[in-house]
Amino acid sequence: MKLAYYPGCSLEGTAKEYNLSTKAVCKALGIELIELPDWNCCGATSAHATNHLLSIVLPTRNLIKANELGLDLAIPCSACFNRMKTSDYYIKRDKKIKEEVEKLLGRKYTANSKINHLLGIFAEDKINAIIASKVVKPLQGLKVAPYYGCLLVKPPKIVEFENAENPQSLDNLIITLGGEAVSDFAYKTECCGASLTLTREEIVLGLVNKILKDAQLRGADCLVTICPFCHFNLDAKQKDVERKFKANYNLPVFYFTQLIGLALGISPKELGIDKHFVNPLELLKSLELA
Amino acid sequence: MPRVGVFICHCGTNIEGVVDVEKALDEMKNYPSVSYATDYKYMCSEPGQNKVKDAIGKNRLARVVVACCSPRMHENTFRRCIEEADLNPYLIEIANIREHCSWVHPDNKEEATKKAIELIKASVAKVIKNEPLFPRYVPLTKRVLIIGGGIAGIQSALDTASAGYETILLEREPSIGGRMAQLDKTFPTLDCSACILTPKMVDIAQNKNIKLLTYSELEEVSGFIGNFNVKIRKKARYVNEEKCTGCGVCYTKCPKKLASEFDLGIGIRKAIYVPFPQAVPNIPVIDKENCIYFIKGKCKVCEKFCPANAIDFEQEDVLIEEKVGAIIVATGFDTFDPTVFQEYGYGRYKDVITSLQFERLINASGPTGGEVKRPSDGKHPKRVAFIQCVGSRDDTVGRPYCSKVCCMYTAKHTILLKEHEPDSKSYVFYIDIRAPGKGYEEFVRRAQEEYGATYIRGKVAKIYERGGKLVLKAEDTLIGKQVEIEVDLVVLAVGIEPKKDAKDLARKLNISYDTYGFYNEAHPKLRPVETLTDGIYLAGVCQGVKDIPDAVAQGSAAAAKVCGLFSSDELITDPLTSVVDKDLCVGCCACISACPFNAIEEEVLEERTGERIVAKVNETLCKGCGVCVATCPSKAVSLKGWTDEQVLREVEILVGSRK
Repeated sequence: MKLAYYPGCSLEGTAKEYNLSTKAVCKALGIELIELPDWNCCGATSAHATNHLLSIVLPTRNLIKANELGLDLAIPCSACFNRMKTSDYYIKRDKKIKEEVEKLLGRKYTANSKINHLLGIFAEDKINAIIASKVVKPLQGLKVAPYYGCLLVKPPKIVEFENAENPQSLDNLIITLGGEAVSDFAYKTECCGASLTLTREEIVLGLVNKILKDAQLRGADCLVTICPFCHFNLDAKQKDVERKFKANYNLPVFYFTQLIGLALGISPKELGIDKHFVNPLELLKSLELA
Repeated sequence: MPRVGVFICHCGTNIEGVVDVEKALDEMKNYPSVSYATDYKYMCSEPGQNKVKDAIGKNRLARVVVACCSPRMHENTFRRCIEEADLNPYLIEIANIREHCSWVHPDNKEEATKKAIELIKASVAKVIKNEPLFPRYVPLTKRVLIIGGGIAGIQSALDTASAGYETILLEREPSIGGRMAQLDKTFPTLDCSACILTPKMVDIAQNKNIKLLTYSELEEVSGFIGNFNVKIRKKARYVNEEKCTGCGVCYTKCPKKLASEFDLGIGIRKAIYVPFPQAVPNIPVIDKENCIYFIKGKCKVCEKFCPANAIDFEQEDVLIEEKVGAIIVATGFDTFDPTVFQEYGYGRYKDVITSLQFERLINASGPTGGEVKRPSDGKHPKRVAFIQCVGSRDDTVGRPYCSKVCCMYTAKHTILLKEHEPDSKSYVFYIDIRAPGKGYEEFVRRAQEEYGATYIRGKVAKIYERGGKLVLKAEDTLIGKQVEIEVDLVVLAVGIEPKKDAKDLARKLNISYDTYGFYNEAHPKLRPVETLTDGIYLAGVCQGVKDIPDAVAQGSAAAAKVCGLFSSDELITDPLTSVVDKDLCVGCCACISACPFNAIEEEVLEERTGERIVAKVNETLCKGCGVCVATCPSKAVSLKGWTDEQVLREVEILVGSRK
């Protein structure tokens, strides 16, 4: 399998370990990732708040590059995925926007690349079976709260992900890896506050507190995310949340690619597991997973 | 050339205020095709009509043109008028010089007068070619078929039967009663639903004019008003209806337990069952799909215990053919399936139920005997949330309309809950409260003020379970804040939608339906119970959402229409229909597919050269729309009263090529 890979800005910075683990896991599974040449920022949270056209032009430039490679896209970040799907949605439905965007970019959008979130690819039956066959270190005893966040699943008519309110692909993946999915985790698709972490931190802390509280209540040892935003808020902000709400969570937060990597026997270091704020090594060691 | 008389009406000042009637009259008096012309202030009044009648006699008039208002208003008046003067009623034309002239050109009297004169001349040109036409008389079967044995159908059946007409009441379920039989109390009076319904059900069973066919479905309909042939499939009950005494031993002994459809899965039934204790007829049916004997070849416990020897495993479906003159459609509704709203967790959380399930839960004859016990653990819920507009006023699920009854039944639910569980607390999430009915608004206020229901204006975003309770996250739009409440039970006020197979039945009956599948009435205001197919009427929710009193009223209205139809022995049909010239017809039958009323069929002619197919118009079904005339490539079809020659003569006057 060969895919066009759009890492997005976060994976070069705060979510470096997401990039590392994605590449390591894909290599192990025989998935070839061709990084888009000369890709640009998708605009994420800021572009669509300032200029509608700009918020479509930025992702479309990347989509066109994937079109030109003739490959389907794999996008690890939910915000990037959401923006790409949104641009595709508007361009397909609005002739005027399509013309404007193509004029600005000087190239045609052919829409021949399927836009996938990385999770969508790993959730495919075929890939899931490959993963299952390559698991050497099942995540036995690890109780994982599957946290999908909101940008991957909403709005459903645009992102077209399996189920907006009660998705299952991450749950199933955890089970494939031999772990235990906390299936009644109520906050699996609730918003973490995303980029408000920079401008209105108190909102993010409140939202993250609710998410962590519910995960703890349901008996989770850790959470798994699929988005750099979510990861940053749940992991890097966890100490602030504990302080503000006088709580004690100590819940490690993994990228789903890191969990796959662990189960496939890739070393924690290679997966960037040492880069988290909430140290997961103690938990992993107690279960003999690291 | 026939002698033509022209009668110009002033319509008070409606016409005369704009059109120079004197000038028009003068012109018509000197028009060569016209033998006599006169005017009058109100031609439709009795003295006006007498003027027409007298003139016909005195001036030996053979054709009449009345220049007045729209033919929709008074064409029939003047047809009757000239008939009294011994002229065939179709030898008249109406020149519409009010709606088409004076009303639309009030600022240009001169031009309006010119136009009025042209319109009158065009009518004169046409009327010269009018032929006498005669209505046809069609015999009428004075029996009515009512499809659907809910409250609307029951009301229609009782009304037509009490008027003395034979009535067939068709019900697909094992018992009549419909949705109303499932309800506990009714708003706003809190009458017990079953207590007011069951006497009517018994009346149906005892009425000699009513033939009740339960567990039966409509297979096929042919024919037309006054003369429908219907085929009905009476499904095998596997119980002999003559022998069964309704003792109920069979279903007490039957070993197979299943979720009851009538109780919406909250209660259980057996494989042989009556849907509810007051069923009419009180005769069980065997659910073949789930009967142990039918699956495994042995059991027959019911047969062993039946004291009347009524079980008959050999029974088969029976096809019944009936002739009826009219059909009332009263097939009711389904409720919206809330599983699509994943955020509410219906189907995932046992204690999230629908409003109809709540009716069964709180019903004294329901599966819990009227004790409110939540499905998950049988505990009595103390805090209950009601969510309104689930599948109503929601474009995202294709249900933008208001289901009309949910605000009221939710208020009722909060009152009933408080009466059953005095220390309980209700929360109602709503968008708007819609309570327009007699005593309705007062009822909702009572729920809030006397029974202490808390109404929160906002939609619920998410429900999840936590420690055996359900947590609702919602927005309170009146205080602009997010709220989170913990409850024991959630009731989804599901909206109303057409029956799943409403469209199939519509195709069988050749009646139309709207975007959602509700059947269309002939006119939204003035013909609310007729369909556009003559002889087929509508009653109840199959036509659109309504509450019980409205459904009953429509049931009676449809019955009154049928009684009106049956009050004469023959049907008089309008002669303004199409007719096929068999010599010109090439048998392409393009007209058959074009006809919106299914009024044209193939006819096989035996000729010396062999068989030849031609089109044939059923004059009883034909509405005279003229689509076939326009469709026919060989000009073989023409419309009586509107022949090509007549229409062209009018056009020639209007374009000025004929003076």
